[in-house]
Amino acid sequence: MIRKFWQRIRPGHGSVIAIPYLWLLLFFLIPFIIVLKISFAEMQLAMPPFTDLTEYAEERLQFNVNLGNYLYLLTDDLYVSSYFASLKIAFISTVLCLLIGYPMAYAIARSSPAVRTGLLMLIVLPSWTSFLIRVYAWIGILKNNGLINNALMAMGIIDEPLHILHTNFAVYIGIVYAYLPFMILPLYANLVKLDYSLLEAASDLGARPWKTFLTVTLPLTKAGIIAGSMLVFIPAVGEFVIPELLGGPETLMIGKVLWQEFFNNRDWPVASAVAIVMLLLLVVPMVLFHHYQNKELE
Amino acid sequence: MSARRSGLLFTYLAFGYAFLYVPIFILMVFSFNESRLVTVWAGFSTKWYGELFRDQQMLDAAWMSLRIAFLTATAATALGTLAGLIMARFGRFRGHHLFAGMITAPLVMPEVITGLSLLLLFVSMEQMLGWPQGRGMTTIWIAHTTFSTAFVAIVIASRLRELDISVEEAAMDLGARPAKVFFVITLPIIAPALLSGWLLAFTLSLDDLVIASFVSGPGSTTLPMVVFSSVRLGVSPKINALATIIIVLVSISILVAGLLLARMDRKKRAPRSTENGDA
Repeated sequence: MIRKFWQRIRPGHGSVIAIPYLWLLLFFLIPFIIVLKISFAEMQLAMPPFTDLTEYAEERLQFNVNLGNYLYLLTDDLYVSSYFASLKIAFISTVLCLLIGYPMAYAIARSSPAVRTGLLMLIVLPSWTSFLIRVYAWIGILKNNGLINNALMAMGIIDEPLHILHTNFAVYIGIVYAYLPFMILPLYANLVKLDYSLLEAASDLGARPWKTFLTVTLPLTKAGIIAGSMLVFIPAVGEFVIPELLGGPETLMIGKVLWQEFFNNRDWPVASAVAIVMLLLLVVPMVLFHHYQNKELE
Repeated sequence: MSARRSGLLFTYLAFGYAFLYVPIFILMVFSFNESRLVTVWAGFSTKWYGELFRDQQMLDAAWMSLRIAFLTATAATALGTLAGLIMARFGRFRGHHLFAGMITAPLVMPEVITGLSLLLLFVSMEQMLGWPQGRGMTTIWIAHTTFSTAFVAIVIASRLRELDISVEEAAMDLGARPAKVFFVITLPIIAPALLSGWLLAFTLSLDDLVIASFVSGPGSTTLPMVVFSSVRLGVSPKINALATIIIVLVSISILVAGLLLARMDRKKRAPRSTENGDA
């Protein structure tokens, strides 16, 4: 009934839907079509630095679709291994976030309502401060003459500094640290709605805690697990700041490759092809996220 | 839950919070370090704060970022509220799948992709329409508004979904038009969500490095861009000082907003004998 009422706006005042709809079409969807278009263009030294796909001369309309950028991505080892490395780093980071985040979300959900809001606030607070600065904080901790190495050497545990900064290990720390709140929030939203009498019932019927967890708690929080995991995994695949600041030369991540292709090599068509392939890899995770995110909202 | 298990959970939680907060705490402590070395303590000093406030480039960038963040938050709150209302109240309309997709996708879209695609859009538009001429504050504002709108829409939609729709129904039964119901009934009830949405969009815009790097032009350098180019060259206590200021300001505004929201909530629950709605 209320839906019908709000829908009544539509005939006369379609603008309520039209304003945000057109904005998102123009500034979110159409840009991807342009990226797709330019990924089939060729680089040229002009402004804009890419060729046109269509040419009209002497009454002939010609299409110049250049597949070279995609062939180049396939044949050059750098790109293929960057895609694989990004997926691997994002996947491992997501699992680590889940392992750290799930018990935390559980503990917050089971604490008394009075402290719950405060505890949740403390999870969110760091993500409201600067992302860049939180990544920067780890440089001082991990570098060769940083806090960890200084402390270990002062205690006499090691003689020369451990090389942690500018390795993949530092990238894992950075991603887990930066994205942990995004894992905890959807998990908490699920866990707090969980009917805990079900767990009591299971234990009254003789199920061991571990079994109760696997057969009752885990399946009931599936939506939160998937939403949280996708919230970490998808942006982590394309992450640029963390591999750039904490990673080393051996850290090949596709977000960094795209950045270099665009800003250093100024090859916009190849950068576009890199973006299109990344999008294709992320379609399934995004659909999953969309599905469970909407479920969460209903 | 047994005492032993709740003890275990509590310890785990304490370690989790330590992981989240110790790096930030260390960062703040070393902003007061006398030495240029960020990791060796050499005595208390506030000289890096002085240097920070004499850094004209940093100050200009901060002013630029704050202006963009303010404009972004305002536009994103307006657009996001409409989008949230549509998602929560309009049900199915033609193209609603696409609409819902365009709201959730920006939440997770890798920033390098969003940044590149918007830049290519602006360049193509300039070629075809002659607008926007070059890139700068306006293009950053449009880019930030677009992804912030999605976040605001989610905040508003989830608030609207948990809301009791009987009040809106009552107003409708009494013959109020949709626009009136929205402005007189719905909007005041979701005011706290509007405030959180505005603050969220503000901080998202203030924090963005990657998208702004793609769509900025000469003369529109934002604060994260200055911080990033400085951090790339190595750690500097000046950045620690800036970080400390940002963290303190954010914490205070979150605290104030939290208290304000709690008060609004209480007021809403209190009996409304003085409001004319009862008449």
